[in-house]
Amino acid sequence: MLRYISKRLLYILMTLFLIVTVTFFLMRAAPGGPFSSEKQVPPEIEKNLNEFYGLDRPWYNQYFDYLVSIAKWDFGPSFKYKGQTVNDLINEGFPVSFFLGMESLLLAISIGVLLGIIAALNHNKWQDYTAMVLAVLGISVPSFIMASILQYFLAIKLGLFPVARWESLQHTVLPALALAATPMAFIARLTRSSMLEVLSNDYIRTAKAKGLSRGQITVKHAVRNALLPVVTYLGPLSAQILTGSFVIEKIFGIPGLGSHFVTSISNRDYTTIMGVTVFYSILLLVAVLLVDIAYGFIDPRIKLAGGKKGE
Amino acid sequence: MQQIPKEMFQPAIADSREAEKISKPSLSFWKDVFIRFRKNKLAMFGLVLLILLVFMAIFGPHMTKYDYATNDLMNTNQPPSSKHWFGTDELGRDIFARTWYGARVSLFIGLSAALIDLFIGVLWGGIAGYRGGKTDEVMMRIADVLYGVPYLLLVILLMVILGQGLGTMILAMTITGWINMARIVRGQVLQLKNQEYVLAAQTLGASTSRIMFKHLIPNAMGSILVTMTLSVPTAIFTEAFLSYLGLGVPQPLASWGTMASDGVQALQYYPWRLFFPATFICLTIFAFNVVGDGLRDALDPRLRK
Repeated sequence: MLRYISKRLLYILMTLFLIVTVTFFLMRAAPGGPFSSEKQVPPEIEKNLNEFYGLDRPWYNQYFDYLVSIAKWDFGPSFKYKGQTVNDLINEGFPVSFFLGMESLLLAISIGVLLGIIAALNHNKWQDYTAMVLAVLGISVPSFIMASILQYFLAIKLGLFPVARWESLQHTVLPALALAATPMAFIARLTRSSMLEVLSNDYIRTAKAKGLSRGQITVKHAVRNALLPVVTYLGPLSAQILTGSFVIEKIFGIPGLGSHFVTSISNRDYTTIMGVTVFYSILLLVAVLLVDIAYGFIDPRIKLAGGKKGE
Repeated sequence: MQQIPKEMFQPAIADSREAEKISKPSLSFWKDVFIRFRKNKLAMFGLVLLILLVFMAIFGPHMTKYDYATNDLMNTNQPPSSKHWFGTDELGRDIFARTWYGARVSLFIGLSAALIDLFIGVLWGGIAGYRGGKTDEVMMRIADVLYGVPYLLLVILLMVILGQGLGTMILAMTITGWINMARIVRGQVLQLKNQEYVLAAQTLGASTSRIMFKHLIPNAMGSILVTMTLSVPTAIFTEAFLSYLGLGVPQPLASWGTMASDGVQALQYYPWRLFFPATFICLTIFAFNVVGDGLRDALDPRLRK
């Protein structure tokens, strides 16, 4: 197990190194450099600016400094918001995004699993078809369209929820639902097919023969095993929720890291784009690792890949 | 006793082997797949839908006298009518023409991204799987490291730096998009390369490339095809997502993604501007998904539930 984790950590470090390197050189290759879109500045001021941001030094010094500062969890200054660092943006925006992300994660998993179980227990009946139609809809509608339509009908037309902003728990319901829609659909399909597979196993027949009630069989024997594939999906799921948050936070006017990121994209605020990209990458890589480790604990049949030789 | 006329008698089949014969005509693998695929109503529906969409992408822009890029500032934001079948947008451009022109762009992005992924993925995975040993180790470790890079973040980053455009978008999507294909092809090749017919080909002195392209890849074609069908919707989705972030194809080019993200802003007052592109994005993604699922079931009947 330790061997496996250290091996994975090594890969994560390599991937991160690659990401940091690529972002650094892409930033240097960016057309015109970070100050290009601003008004013409006098050469003395430009020189001062370059000195301040260290742009007058050779590229390998800059590259090395960048690596060191990332290792120290310092993502550098924002080029567009004067006096603000990328770390400030992250510290300010991430808690909001994290709350929203967790809420939609819970929604996606609970409703998705429930739909999947209902569909599988009523295989080829109307419940099954309804759940699968919902799932297909969730998979084929892009998130920004889904979010706009939900906002339009549920908030503007029917007034059930606040239209935008981030104040009370009520404000979080609609964005979390919009963010959860696509992953929910994936989870429902996944749960349904793995439930169907599990339900055809011999031990389910044994449980029936023992005279257990339907509820007991479902909860104690079927669902526990059927949820394993859903656990593997948690890694890609967190990626999906994270990238989905860019769009959702923008639509609902939520002051999270996602909307900061989108703003920095349209402002061409290069350092913020790079910093937030690196931050998100670290987050995702760690999330995927945690999911894989958890999977090894939950399902003892899985031998983690690195462990086969040493243990 | 009744007389039976002589001509009613027929000689029994002398050759006993004939009698043993099972009369179903032999079918090639792909014919068999097609027969199974045809029975899947949802998948057939998806296939018909795809054919219709491609047909309209080719001929749709010619069906109306309006052009996708011509502004008509006297007729902005018109609802659908007999003149403008799908209405007009904020610059008075005909949405019907733009929708089908956008279909070309969106489908082109989707299909070319899938084809490039296919090309790189099959080569990479095929070589890694067939060579095995050190080559496999090195090639797959490179793929593993790249696989960790979050897909959409890299695409956004590249689009910001390289600038908007059709070519850069496809490049950004394929730069790590091929890894999934490579992994699947490698898995298949690892399974297939120990089969007797590969050994036979090797014994006969067939070259590596002949074994790859004549024996291994055709046999892995099933999973390759399914992976490809399911990767087209990902690309179309990504295109729509990038358009919403303002990184889509530049004006006046139309794609479903740019049209839908423009339409979203106007949802309250001019809902048709969102309705048409959004509907066709959903239909296309739906169609590719059900065709992909149908193909998977048809290729491997054991998986069928």
